[in-house]
Amino acid sequence: MPDRGLSIETKNLTKKFGEFTAVDRITFEVEKGEIFGFLGANGAGKSTAMRMLCGLLSPTSGSATVAGMDVYRQSEKIKQRIGYMSQKFSLYEDLTVRENLSFYGGIYGIEPKLLRKRRDAMIEELGLKEVQNELIKGLPLGWKQKLSFSTAVLHAPEIVFLDEPTGGVDPITRRQFWEMINQTAANGTTVFVTTHYMDEAEYCDRISMMVDGKIAAMGATSSLKEQFNSKNMDEVFLHLARPKERSENE
Amino acid sequence: MRFFSILRGQRKGAKMNRLRAFIKKEFYHIIRDWRTLIILIGMPMAQIILFGFAITNEVNEAKIGILDKAKDEESRNIINKIDASSYLDITEYLSTDEEIEKVFKKGNVKEIIVFPADFGRDLWANNQADIQVVSDATDPNTADLIFNYTRAIILNHLNEMNANIESPFQIEINQQMLYNPALKGVYLFVPGLITVILMLISAMMTSISITKEKELGTMEVLLATPMAPVQVVLAKVIPYLLLAFIDAVLVLLLGYFVFDVPIRGSLVLLLFETLVFIVTALSLGVFISTRTSSQQVALMISLMLLMLPTILLSGFIFPIENMPNPLQIISNIVPARWFVIILKGIMLKGLGIAAIWEETLILIGFIVFFIALSVKNYKIRLT
Repeated sequence: MPDRGLSIETKNLTKKFGEFTAVDRITFEVEKGEIFGFLGANGAGKSTAMRMLCGLLSPTSGSATVAGMDVYRQSEKIKQRIGYMSQKFSLYEDLTVRENLSFYGGIYGIEPKLLRKRRDAMIEELGLKEVQNELIKGLPLGWKQKLSFSTAVLHAPEIVFLDEPTGGVDPITRRQFWEMINQTAANGTTVFVTTHYMDEAEYCDRISMMVDGKIAAMGATSSLKEQFNSKNMDEVFLHLARPKERSENE
Repeated sequence: MRFFSILRGQRKGAKMNRLRAFIKKEFYHIIRDWRTLIILIGMPMAQIILFGFAITNEVNEAKIGILDKAKDEESRNIINKIDASSYLDITEYLSTDEEIEKVFKKGNVKEIIVFPADFGRDLWANNQADIQVVSDATDPNTADLIFNYTRAIILNHLNEMNANIESPFQIEINQQMLYNPALKGVYLFVPGLITVILMLISAMMTSISITKEKELGTMEVLLATPMAPVQVVLAKVIPYLLLAFIDAVLVLLLGYFVFDVPIRGSLVLLLFETLVFIVTALSLGVFISTRTSSQQVALMISLMLLMLPTILLSGFIFPIENMPNPLQIISNIVPARWFVIILKGIMLKGLGIAAIWEETLILIGFIVFFIALSVKNYKIRLT
């Protein structure tokens, strides 16, 4: 998607926890409306990088802008424009489907009348009308995950950050999930997604492969496969990761 | 799938709506967790009723001793009256002052009535005489009750004597407290109970409720929203402020109507001070939640660091004056201590703000201190 401006831009972005460098001078750009995949093994620094961009962690050095705003000085403004779905489950189990949507819409400051409209439309769209007044704890994981995503985009953010959104979900739900992501991107929202499922890279416009806190490779999946002479992304990953496995955790 | 067409329209909204949405959610949590809610509302009621009946517990056949140094007609008359009462039971007759201590140490006798050697003579000569009542005040409530019965019996007898007489007799009854001279009044239980309950609900419940969000991982999502951390904390705290306030009012009402605990001072002032203490406890709860990220730890800290000092060092059960010096010093940093003084002052002594402004300021000082500490910790956690 050319010439639509940049959504995210980083330069030598670094995060250190004491001696340990979780994210090591990463530089990349994400265009508006792009689905940008952040791939890598567990502990490669994906979540840390994402959390810096969301204003949850402040970087040790380097620079980054999100939606044109500086992560050091304007993190509060960034939060207005992004949606975030965390690795951990972010819905409240003792609230109903409706209440969860109302809550997240509410704290993002969506005007009440509009919120009701969006909420009901969203419930309809997700096919959750039957269970809208049931507590979350009774729902299957796949539904919860989709709902979780909905809460992150209900306020129509410019960029949505998804941290391992498909962890532990069955293949069919994963597909549906990626359809939702595609729809979201088609409407102009930038999607920044981390995953350790290499096959999901195929859904992304571009990916960056993180190894040991560094970006080992970046580009469209087709060109990466060509570059490393691999049949699929798994092979690309093994190619990149094997020489230097690291044991530390994030 | 026309998933994203849903999301057209306005983007930003008012700040108040955010806070309201959040507080609403907190109320859902509280109401859905109805077991905890029942405990929070029911426990104070149960406690006040338990304590209430301990307070009004009738004394039956309380064992007392007599040290009659006069051995005259008048003293014997009174002793007979006391012996005839169903409330008091004379089990020991003493002959010297030295025996008083010995009898008390055996532990059965709660009170000893001492008639001075010239009791009858004084009464006839001066129309006036003294009786000394020595009480074992280790259990102040019982001691007070027994003393009141004793006095009632003696005064009753005096009234009978004075029925047809021009110049009436007078008997001065001097009470001497052994072991607990300050004799904490029975009504102190209600102020103490309010203090403990407010501490429990405000500090413990908020610290648990905030750490719960951390534990579940929802706190991270909340921090990625435009909700300022202050708003998050405020929204978490407000429902418990309300709940704690309702509890305080319930205990006051029960105390007042069922057990006749007086509220001699201004009700408005009382409610205001209650609010100040609730906020103190809430800020403590918030502070605890910044130091820990697990509900278990928050619970343990609340119990160890708040509940025990609140019960033991606030002067609620054990008089501060009677504590060893180090404990007296430590009691100064227990917020409950100051609130107990305030409550006692307003409820029992009818004091106004002029008499308790210092204690109020100390509580406000605690609030500022804990909030400042929380803010500092919060920053550290975010970087």
